[in-house]
Amino acid sequence: MITLHINGQDHAVDVDPEMPLLWVLRDKLGMMGTKFGCGIAQCGACTVQLDGIAVRSCVTPVSAVDERVITTIEGLSPNGDSKVQAAWVAHQVPQCGYCQSGMIMAVDALLKTTPKPTDAEIDAAITNICRCGTYARVREAIHDLAQA
Amino acid sequence: MNEIAKLARRDFLRVSTAAGGGLMLGFHIPAAGAAPSKEVPNNQEINAWVVINSDDSVLIRVAHSEMGQGAMTGLAQLVAEELDCDWDNVRTEFVDPRLNITRNKVYGGMATVGSRAIRSSQEYVRKAGASARIMLVSAAAKRWKVSATECTAKAGVITHTGSGRTLTYGAVAEAPAKNDPPKDVPLKDPATWTIAGQPKKRLDMHDKVMGKAPYAIDVHFDGLLYAAIANSPVFGGTLKSYDEAAIKNAKGVRKVVPLKDAVAVVADSYWEAQNAVRALPVVWNTGANGKVSSDTIAKFLDEGLAMKDVPVARNDGDVDKALSTATKVITAEYRVPYLAHATMEPMNCTARFNTDGTLDVWAPTQNAEAVLNAAARVSGLDPLKVTVHLTYSGGGFGRRGGAAPGDYVDQAVLIAKAAGAPVKMIWSREEDIQHDLYRPISSAKMTAALDTAGMPVAWNTRISGHTILATANPSAIKNNMDVGFLVLFADNSYDVANIKVDYAMRNTHVPVGYWRSVNHSQNAYFRECFVDELAHAAGQDPYEYRRKLLQKAPKQLAVLEACATKAEWGKPLPAGQFRGIAQIDGYGSYAAAVAEISMNADGSPHVHRIIQAIDPGYAVNPDSIKAQMEGSVAWTLSAALYGKISIKDGHVEQGNFDSYRMLLMGHMPKVETVIVPSGGFWGGIGEPGGPAVVPAVINAMLAATGKPTRSLPIMQRGASA
Repeated sequence: MITLHINGQDHAVDVDPEMPLLWVLRDKLGMMGTKFGCGIAQCGACTVQLDGIAVRSCVTPVSAVDERVITTIEGLSPNGDSKVQAAWVAHQVPQCGYCQSGMIMAVDALLKTTPKPTDAEIDAAITNICRCGTYARVREAIHDLAQA
Repeated sequence: MNEIAKLARRDFLRVSTAAGGGLMLGFHIPAAGAAPSKEVPNNQEINAWVVINSDDSVLIRVAHSEMGQGAMTGLAQLVAEELDCDWDNVRTEFVDPRLNITRNKVYGGMATVGSRAIRSSQEYVRKAGASARIMLVSAAAKRWKVSATECTAKAGVITHTGSGRTLTYGAVAEAPAKNDPPKDVPLKDPATWTIAGQPKKRLDMHDKVMGKAPYAIDVHFDGLLYAAIANSPVFGGTLKSYDEAAIKNAKGVRKVVPLKDAVAVVADSYWEAQNAVRALPVVWNTGANGKVSSDTIAKFLDEGLAMKDVPVARNDGDVDKALSTATKVITAEYRVPYLAHATMEPMNCTARFNTDGTLDVWAPTQNAEAVLNAAARVSGLDPLKVTVHLTYSGGGFGRRGGAAPGDYVDQAVLIAKAAGAPVKMIWSREEDIQHDLYRPISSAKMTAALDTAGMPVAWNTRISGHTILATANPSAIKNNMDVGFLVLFADNSYDVANIKVDYAMRNTHVPVGYWRSVNHSQNAYFRECFVDELAHAAGQDPYEYRRKLLQKAPKQLAVLEACATKAEWGKPLPAGQFRGIAQIDGYGSYAAAVAEISMNADGSPHVHRIIQAIDPGYAVNPDSIKAQMEGSVAWTLSAALYGKISIKDGHVEQGNFDSYRMLLMGHMPKVETVIVPSGGFWGGIGEPGGPAVVPAVINAMLAATGKPTRSLPIMQRGASA
């Protein structure tokens, strides 16, 4: 039995310690906001935060996170009005939206450590794949947040 | 109302009132900013598209798929515009495809393909909104005992102009249900629109930023099992044998399910299923297809470029004579590879056989009716016993336009049946990239003769490639011709006296399909880069060269000029930067692009800025159009820079995003879009936006280097960019 601290709540789960956090969230806890995109930490659709740092949950074994504070998209705000989410609505960033949970969690983590990122810092930190091509709006929204 | 219609109606109400109740009974999509909807009393259906509730909220039904393109919001805007309701009170609901059977196709075609969601349904959805408004107004007039012509409606409130009395739509919603719909339903002049035509915020946005928007892959309920699958690596191969004993002790594994050309493992979690299917030793029958490689396919297409006696699609004047007497002849061969879609939500499908003999299916799709038909066919159930839950789709781009036999919907239904339990089957990203319906491989050989002024007087085009009809509809192939494969050539907008276009059909064992922009994606590159080669050979500016050739094509000319004006074509750029331009027409719209680039040391382009123009006739939501145009840039640059599906021993060599590379933030240029709707027609957006971008970039490379780029991708695998 492993106890996970997710979005301010403790969840006890009985799973293989090697099971990636992504699949514990989705299949065992029914928290469906975190998405599966590639399974090899390439696309970032599964991005969550561990102690505020963005990680790709599809390659993060659950045994490695039981002492950590896990934040998923569901834990960012109760009403979808966190700073990043509000900027996403203002800039109408999502299209299909499938990659955006991960995108938002990655940007939220970036702004915690780098509140006013340069374009180069954005490019280095935000390596999530978006097939709809929302990148231009992601960048505009980040720059808006940096000025706020 | 007959019994079936009553049943269907009840299902609708069930779905409506289940809002906020999770994924079990279906999805309900609240409007942006609205709290999750609660049970709503007295919801009155005015017609198939419009439900008015007693609290004045408006439910608009959407029969097309929402996979990111914004059609759900745009379609609701069109209905709301004619309904004259309060936009802030609008919610939407996806149509259960069974209702299109029980209600005699009232929802038209639900397939969301060909950039047609709005343009093919705009008239009947607007009429539904207008018809509902007329019925509501006439109900109010009846209550007041006045003539309906003395009443007006605005923002969901009906006013009797003489007395100033008012009633809300919610207050009179019960009466219209008993009335016959009006026969004469005039529509508004788009110039007077106040809801449509506006950059309204998307109705799906709030849920999408919260991670709450439901995709098919997110369905979750007690008792659900998970399946991972291995499809025959070689297309056309079949399952020969597998060693189940090798995984019999694997944790969580419930069952191994053999299919004709695949094998699935069902387990307690997807991760356990995926591990087990990877560990399962499998032997496949591959046959002759196992000997096919990219080299043999390339040779096959090259033979097509040289073949005699192929079918001709267009033959104006006398090309051979004009070429033989010309002083200057330019010839070029262009080549593009197969491409995968790689939607962010991989192919998946959940099937649940219920004890009452019904079946529930969840699948990401652009065609809920095709999913319904597939599930009914495979299960043997009457379609009316099958519920397809239409959800948001994590991308579509043409991959989910049908439900081909043997594809993911068939598989999930078969696996759930064999497992005797509800099963969610998810393809790994590797399965997704290796078992796509690929953008066809194609090659073009173009020869043109220039007159003494440098203008083309003859243009001969041979296309050699793999028709989509070979996979999608083989019986539609007549005389080895697919005119659709020759778009932009058979209907070339450039004015050239002698034109010949013919086609060498070269079909391989690789399954092909509709990939965003379909044949425009290859042919825009071929044609527009060749035009630049001609302008280059003539020593002329490529924009002015196109203008001369488009004098008989006013729509194309206007959008080209709008784009060039926005881009300040001709104004000097910083040292080391170069421009390219291109224009296309397709999907009922006209589009042009200008690219500004500089060259990297490794020969790849650094794309600084893309300026695009589009004339879609009418602009239903300008911000959605802008978003689609921006997205088209990322889509097409991914393909042009990196995109290549190659074949070895009959199977796809690429597997995941490490070998099938995508454009990331760092390589996304600035994008500026100018929308120039000229009115009088309804064009698409999602597909016409992209095709001009790639040739604009490649033409800028020609301007920079003086050398054409005649095959894609620009960066071969492993190169840096």
